[in-house]
Amino acid sequence: MRAPKHSPELAGFVAALDPINRLAEAAPGFVWRLKGGDGPQGTVEHGYGDHLLINFSVWESRDTLWDFIYRSGHLAVLQRRREWFLRMAEPYTVMWWIPEGHVPTLAEGMERLGRLRTQGPTPEAFTFKDFHGAPGAPGTGDAEETEGVRGAGAPSM
Amino acid sequence: MNSDDLDTVAILHDPVRRAVYEYVVSQGRDVGRNEAAEAVGVQRTLAAFHLDKLVEAGLLEAGFRRLTDRRGPGSGRPAKVYHRARGEWQVSVPARDYRTLARVLAEAVDLLGGDEQAEQAARRAGRALAGVGEDLGGVLRRRGYEPYEEDGPDGHGLVRLRNCPFHVLAEEHPLLVCSMNLELCRGMLEGLGADAEAARLDPRRGECCVVFSKDNVD
Repeated sequence: MRAPKHSPELAGFVAALDPINRLAEAAPGFVWRLKGGDGPQGTVEHGYGDHLLINFSVWESRDTLWDFIYRSGHLAVLQRRREWFLRMAEPYTVMWWIPEGHVPTLAEGMERLGRLRTQGPTPEAFTFKDFHGAPGAPGTGDAEETEGVRGAGAPSM
Repeated sequence: MNSDDLDTVAILHDPVRRAVYEYVVSQGRDVGRNEAAEAVGVQRTLAAFHLDKLVEAGLLEAGFRRLTDRRGPGSGRPAKVYHRARGEWQVSVPARDYRTLARVLAEAVDLLGGDEQAEQAARRAGRALAGVGEDLGGVLRRRGYEPYEEDGPDGHGLVRLRNCPFHVLAEEHPLLVCSMNLELCRGMLEGLGADAEAARLDPRRGECCVVFSKDNVD
């Protein structure tokens, strides 16, 4: 983030949290997301640095997640990202497959992101651009993604 | 030049067939044989002939659907209906391949973190696209956007775009390409002397991501 979450600079972003979260939860293919505290404008609490905002969710397939990110009201918010977030030189989103019913932890997500950063895209940690299909029967697993890991330099990452 | 693409595109040479194709495409939904025949002003059998030729060539896709809500005996067989196929065909004489270069450049912009500059360049390019004395609909049609009008949720008129002229690139680099496209459209508005903020992102699957509020552009 360019500024603390409750600063005037971030007000536009904070105002979009509730409508966008509702949009995600109503989107086809949405399975689960990690919620933060303090009501509808809550964001995930974590120990990975103050300027880092985390989105962490489970989706049925690549295409349902892609449609939500790029073919819904989410795109217009994403397009304004530079108003609120600094550019990250390293990858800040990662996806991987999980068995149905598994609820992933944030530590798991950070470990996958670390893998993507050190080893590049692999079947265990990948991106839309270098996508890997589900292991075994394609389309049966859940795609999971951590998005919005956009810290101010994010030295802890 | 890909000779298969040339064969596909060449079947649109027949003026009736082209009119049938353009009618189906302009509807953005399944179109039946009777409807296409009436719209183009030809006999049903001739419309059906051209529709099936277009399916054979891969430009349209066919399916079967009941066109009425009636069920059971007497409701008849489902009717054959047509809509645009997803594929795209390019013909250039002599052969040119701007798409491959555009994909490489898009990747380079991503790697360099140059998306802001790319958006600014798109805005400037948009301004230059708007010709003197043209209206927004004319500019959009000429660039292949296929504009159509729709009532927005608040009752205000919208101009939506049925076709994304940058489809392949938008699938690979959605954020970069859709953001550039928005700036291109805002540049067009500026070039026409209209309010650039009338264009915004409101994506729908299978269409262009930009929408215009009509109040600001008329």
